[in-house]
Amino acid sequence: MSKGAVQVTQVVKNFHKGKEKVEVLHGLELTVPSGDFVAMMGPSGSGKTTLLNLIGGLDQPSAGEIRVDNMRIDDLSSRQLAHWRAEQVGFIFQFYNLLPVLTAQSNVELPLLLKKMSRQERRERVLNALKIVGLEDRAKHYPRELSGGQEQRVAIARAIVSDPSLLLADEPTGDLDRETADEILQLLKVLNETHGKTIIMVTHDPAAAAYAKRIVQLDKGRLAEAA
Amino acid sequence: MNSLHLIRKNLGRKKTRTLLTLLSVIVAFILFALLNALNHAYRLGLDLAGADRLITMHKVSFIQPLPMSYVNRISAIDGVQHIAHYSWFGAYYQDPKAQFGLFPTELETLRQVYPEFQIDQQQWQQLLQTRTGLLVGELMMRNNGWEIGQRLPLGSTIYPQQNGEYFWDFEIVATYQGVGDGSDELQAYMHYDYFNEARAFGQDSIGWIVTKIADPANSEGITRLIDERFANSSTETKTSSEKGWIAGFAAQFGNIGLMVMAILACVFFTLLLVSGNAMAQSVRERTNELAVMKTIGFTDQRVVRLVLGESLCLALLGGLLGLLMGYLIIGGARTAMAQFLPGLAMTPQTVLIGLILALLLGLVTGLIPGVRAMRLNVVEALARR
Repeated sequence: MSKGAVQVTQVVKNFHKGKEKVEVLHGLELTVPSGDFVAMMGPSGSGKTTLLNLIGGLDQPSAGEIRVDNMRIDDLSSRQLAHWRAEQVGFIFQFYNLLPVLTAQSNVELPLLLKKMSRQERRERVLNALKIVGLEDRAKHYPRELSGGQEQRVAIARAIVSDPSLLLADEPTGDLDRETADEILQLLKVLNETHGKTIIMVTHDPAAAAYAKRIVQLDKGRLAEAA
Repeated sequence: MNSLHLIRKNLGRKKTRTLLTLLSVIVAFILFALLNALNHAYRLGLDLAGADRLITMHKVSFIQPLPMSYVNRISAIDGVQHIAHYSWFGAYYQDPKAQFGLFPTELETLRQVYPEFQIDQQQWQQLLQTRTGLLVGELMMRNNGWEIGQRLPLGSTIYPQQNGEYFWDFEIVATYQGVGDGSDELQAYMHYDYFNEARAFGQDSIGWIVTKIADPANSEGITRLIDERFANSSTETKTSSEKGWIAGFAAQFGNIGLMVMAILACVFFTLLLVSGNAMAQSVRERTNELAVMKTIGFTDQRVVRLVLGESLCLALLGGLLGLLMGYLIIGGARTAMAQFLPGLAMTPQTVLIGLILALLLGLVTGLIPGVRAMRLNVVEALARR
């Protein structure tokens, strides 16, 4: 497998609601080749975000196996997963989740604090990431001084600043108007096509899903169909 | 940007809360510094007290006089090296409310019993030859603006002269320096002969006797011998080591050390609750942000370090500022209160304990929110949004 490739094999995920055990994913299988742009769709409760969290190493499956770039991540410790995420995955959230006390530049720089890197190198990478998302002139602005679309661009810059091979986006346009959403989706497309990032995006919006190379449908914890 | 920048930014997030928490830490540490200085002042006599000096006073109270003849009888005891006696003059300069320690004594014996007194040899010889001569502590000289050779009328609240006059004429002939920080340079000494011959009553009586013994190991035996010698007389004595005597004197004000400890324990317990609550609230409000940080690769340990860094910064900054302000206040109060508390000072030990306390405060207040942040379930925290 090459960079950013994801292999989900027979993954089961159970949750406990009180004494009751709820199975959210039922032996799910999914293959995302390197450089793919997959939109994951499905009704609420179908297990989209759960699957995304498992692929991103934020949660661990009850059974089954998850491999990213041929490395098994479902049996890594919490510490190993944290290091792995810092190196390999960029996350994009629906509500941007920027730190309000930091400028756009510092928000983007945050993942680089985990790497051994000179100040100058960090600065160059941050400015480059901001340039890719078209916000180099907003580097010194705080999130409160930015529009929703700009905040999401900063969040994308934060996701790509470490140069991960895999980007995971959970409803990245869910909080944006159509026009801004299209700009963000276009940016993701560029990241996929020009920068070679593998992208898995959870969305309810068919218009957003249309930007992806491939759409997978989830229903009640199973892969319903692939488009 | 680095972790310190992140900590600083987080502390500045709710400025009013941070400022109020910081203020509560500062006030607590000012109190800590002041109370420790007070305790130090009360304990100072104890620390400076010689192990080889015994003090004998009237069994009933130290304001009851002893017969002068006791001096010779004690000096005849084996193991006694030097002996000196003192009385309380009740002296004041201009203001009767501002009494100070002026002790009539046989000045020749003073330096035998208290060799730590530093006196200019020429002045000392002059003092021994001047009947109305005064030996005055250097701090007292400075505080009053007195000079060597100055004639000084001092009032006594107890003893009039035989002509009924309560004011006595003196001449400042010599000054002394104490040894060590906080030694008592706010006292004065006069010739016993002048005092004894001129006073209207109480001739040949003295206040208390200080005995310097050759070997401190014999302290207990000599103490017993002295008191046995005067047992069943009209004037029984109570002898104790100088340290015990000073401790007994200080105990009249209550157990200062215990009181200081009790007050500080209450203050720091309250502070723990106040700043602990502020830290916990601050971290609770950032649950989502902490989850995001963990998502992008911050390990549990790193998140704990950040939270602890905040609480430590707050506690150490507050502690340092509190100790610094305490130091300045003590410095100001030291001169004003020198008459009552000559040893008022902030010791290096207080600074060290203060810093350790600040460190502990930071660790304890950051521990619970830190552990909570460490255990934070990222998926649940992100889903809460």
